[in-house]
Order: sequence, then structure tokens, then C-alpha cells
Amino acid sequence: MIDSATRTDVEFPGGPAIRADHVEVGYRRKVVWHDATFEIGRGEFVAVIGPNGAGKTTLFRLLLGLQRPSAGSLEVFGSAPRRGNPRIGYVPQRHTIDNETHVAADALVRLGASGARWGPGIHVRAHREASERALEAVGASELGSKSLGSMSGGELQRVFLAEAIASQPEMLLLDEPLSNLDLRRTRELVELVHGLVVSRHVTTLLVAHDINPLIECLDKVVYIANGNVATGPPEKVLTSASLSELYGVPVEVLHDSRGNIVIVGGENPHERGPP
Amino acid sequence: MNPTQFNWNLITDLRVMWQVPIMRQAFEAGTIVAIMAGVVGYFVILRRSAFASHALGHVGFSGAAGAVLFGINPVYGLLAFTMGGGTGMALLGRRAATRDIEIGTVLAFMLGLGLIFLSLYHGYATEAYSILFGDIEGVSVAGVVLTLEAAIVVLVVLALLYRPLLFSSLDEDVAEAKGLPLLALNLAFMLLLAVAISFAVQVVGVLLIFALTVTPAATAVRLTKRPLYAMVASVAIGVFSIWAGLFIAWYQNYPPSFFIVTISFALYVAVRGGGALTARFTRRAVPSPSAEPTAGPESA
Repeated sequence: MIDSATRTDVEFPGGPAIRADHVEVGYRRKVVWHDATFEIGRGEFVAVIGPNGAGKTTLFRLLLGLQRPSAGSLEVFGSAPRRGNPRIGYVPQRHTIDNETHVAADALVRLGASGARWGPGIHVRAHREASERALEAVGASELGSKSLGSMSGGELQRVFLAEAIASQPEMLLLDEPLSNLDLRRTRELVELVHGLVVSRHVTTLLVAHDINPLIECLDKVVYIANGNVATGPPEKVLTSASLSELYGVPVEVLHDSRGNIVIVGGENPHERGPP
Repeated sequence: MNPTQFNWNLITDLRVMWQVPIMRQAFEAGTIVAIMAGVVGYFVILRRSAFASHALGHVGFSGAAGAVLFGINPVYGLLAFTMGGGTGMALLGRRAATRDIEIGTVLAFMLGLGLIFLSLYHGYATEAYSILFGDIEGVSVAGVVLTLEAAIVVLVVLALLYRPLLFSSLDEDVAEAKGLPLLALNLAFMLLLAVAISFAVQVVGVLLIFALTVTPAATAVRLTKRPLYAMVASVAIGVFSIWAGLFIAWYQNYPPSFFIVTISFALYVAVRGGGALTARFTRRAVPSPSAEPTAGPESA
């Protein structure tokens, strides 16, 4: 015990951002995944990968304090997860916004900075400035006065990212921000997120279907499949041996000439990378 | 009504009308209700709660019918039933996806109560008619004062809840992660809506409630993207509809509710039409820089 604590402090100055120790999570009697033991360091860029329904969003719900582990212990910045933690910024997969939402984007971004406060707070300059800075940081200053309902998927993702960073969080949880984006916009958003990770030293977990657009800037991969969780640097986790153990069936990891990864034999055909 | 000669000096006309106490109270109650319903209506649009507002109006009918049966002021029956119904809807229908079903079940049950009250009470026609279609010229001085008190409470509570309510309306999951109590906020909103509807029923009645709780705000969100400006615009549209409706009804001997809902609807159609024209014009002027489609509902 003492040994592992000492090692951690050497490895992560100030302690890790996330520490999971034999965590198990489930709904009622069904276990989603179990025995997850890993650490995420501060300022790391981590991809959360796995088939549909493997429990990637569940990991976020645990970190946000919306759900408790059924066994094991989980720490975020050294303490148990709690709902409303101001150190975490979150972009969920689903949003209530659709093309009938006639509301300017900066109103939403401002709520990211101050939406959890009571009272009208209509003319608080600091919140307006926080919103402007956040939009600027994601290169979306010109989108501030645009209606949310008239935005493209890529524009919306940038606004959601601005909403999440408006409160200056130390950790970002991004759930499937790349789905529904074409290749060019996927690359743009990955560069944007990576830029935030580097410039703000913000620990970032990003749920994705496809590892390839991310692989060059990742520090770690959390791979969830078949009730198991494997964590580590991409080159260690994304190997035939490691994924075969994770899935419990033979899986092969192939590399193409440009370094793209194709995973063959997993449960879900969607996990095989780009066509 | 009291047909006097129409004069193009509208202020003189209004002064003449306001000499009649019934008309003065109608203008006062109508204005207060338009302000309250206009602000609450903005959140109805944002939260996609149009069906809840419709259902609460109908639930209110049962409450008013019960109050008439027991000889109580119908407003208290309206408040009791809309607030009770609103609480039930909020507690049962937490998730937006299935909310309409829970609202419908509460609505059906409470309308059944209205039917039993109706069958127990004899000689009901006049009261039922005024609850269904409104009786703005029947508002007493005490009624105006009560409406004002209710409006002040609703607006103060809304000011306190403004940001969390806006946040939970626009981005439910993030608001929840930020620690906001979604259930309590939804309950608070349904209660505010219940109060606004109970008083709006006096003006336009149960069946025409949309014209005050939904139409002005639906028009306003197409005029401005700023939440605060949209609320102001929604109030302005509601107040204008009521004033113009009462004004016309003074000279034309038809129910004011008819003119109020017609004006409110005409403004909505005009803004939608104007919006469609503007969109076509700007699309032609500025070719779209990208062919990327806009995000639909839950496109992720």
C-alpha cells in the first residue's frame, strides 16, 4: 500500500487526476464492468474506447458523481467524486438543443460559467467575459451571436466545448464529440481539444468510436469491452494480445501503411476503424 | 358593450373606455396576466412544455367547475387543481422523452373529476362557458389585486431561478452534472406555470390558453435570440394582443377573447412569414460557405 502510494506521487506530482482501485459498476444486478484499476495523470489526454453499451458513458457518470461504484474506490483529484464538482467540465453525448432552439450560443456558454448560480445575474461582467474568452479559446468568437438551432454539428461541438471550459475546469469529459463530424472537422476538433490539453494542462477524457484520428496526440487509452477495462499507453493497450485478453476472444490489431489501426474480431463491427 | 363613437385619437378612446370600471379592470387584469404569461411562456417554449400548458388549462377547468359547485371563487379551484396537476406531472414525468405520456394520464384523470362536478351542478351553462372561453370583463377589483399579487410572486421566483431554470431547459445533462436539482426545478416551473395559467384562464379561458402562454413567446423567439429580450418581446406581444382585443371588442359586440387570440395568432403568422422571406432573401444574397447539414434533434 505504502509502496504504491509513494510510486504514484513520484509518477504524478500533486497526485493523479483520477485513481481507480478495483472499481466495479452496475445497474441493479447487471455488472457493466469490473475490476478496473488505473490512474490518469494531470494534464493527460485519454481516449475512452469500446463497443456500444460497454459502459464508456458510465465511466463519466461515475466521475461526475451521478452514479456510485458498486465496489472498489474511485478518486477524482484525491477525493470521492461528487455531483457539481466545479473542477470538471462536461460535454454529454445528447443535448436538448435542436434546430428549433432560437437562442444565441453565447447565452449557453455563459451558463457554463454561471448557470448553477441562483438569482437573475443578467449583467455580471465577469460571466460575460468568461463566455467571450471561452468562445475565443475554441476559435468560435464569431459564433457567439449565432442561434444554436442554425448551427452545423461541428459548430455546435465547438460551442459545447466553450460551455464546458467557461468555468475554467481542470478536467474535461467529452462524450462522443466526434460522432457526426466529417473527416476534416474531426481533425479540426481533435487539434482544438489537444491544444486545450497542452495549453491549459487540463486532464481530458474523450469517448470515441474510432481511435485513429486521436492516436497521435493521446497519452493513454482506456479500453472498455466485455466487462473488462484495460488502461495504458496506446501502443501497449492496442495490441492483439492485450485486446484478445480484454474481449476474451481472439482479436487482431492490424496496422496499415499510414499507421491507422484496424481491430478485427471484436464483438462489434463498428469498432474496426475507418472504412 | 357600450358603443361610443370611434375616434382616430386612440388615447381619447382609451380614456372613454377606462371610465367604465369593468373595462378598466379588464385592461388591468389583462395587462398583468400578459406580463406573467409572457415571461413564463418563454420557458414553456424553451422546455417544449406546450402540451403541459395545454393540459394544465384543462385540469384548471375541472378545478373551476368544482369551485363553482361548492360555491367558492373559481380562481381558488383553478389554482388548487392546476398546482396539484402540475405537481403530479412534474413528479411522474422527469424525463423529457416520456413527459407527454405522464401529462396525458394526469390530464385524463383530472378531466374526469371535472365531468363529475359538471353532472352534479345544475344550471351550469354560463359558468362553464366563461371558464372555457374566458370572461375578462367579469374580473372584479379584488380579482385584479389577487392577479397582481400572484404575478409578483411568479416574477420574483422566476428571477431567483432564472439561470438554473434556463440552464436546465437548454442543457439538461450538463445542468445535472453541475449539481442542479432537475426534479425540484421542473416542479418549481410547473407550479409557476400553474399559477400563470390559472389567471390567464380568466382572460381567455381554458380552450384559448395557448394564445397567452405559448403564442406570444413562440413569436418572440423568432424575433430575438437573447433570452431576456425574448421575454420582453413576449410580454409586449401579449400586452398588445390584449389591449387591441379589448379595444376592438368595445366597438364590435363580440367576445374579447376572440379578438385577443386572433391578434396573437396574426402576429405569429406575420413573424413566421417574415422570417421565411428573410431567410430566402439572405440565402440568395450570401451563398452558404459549407454544405454541412445542421444538427437535428439528438443527432449524436
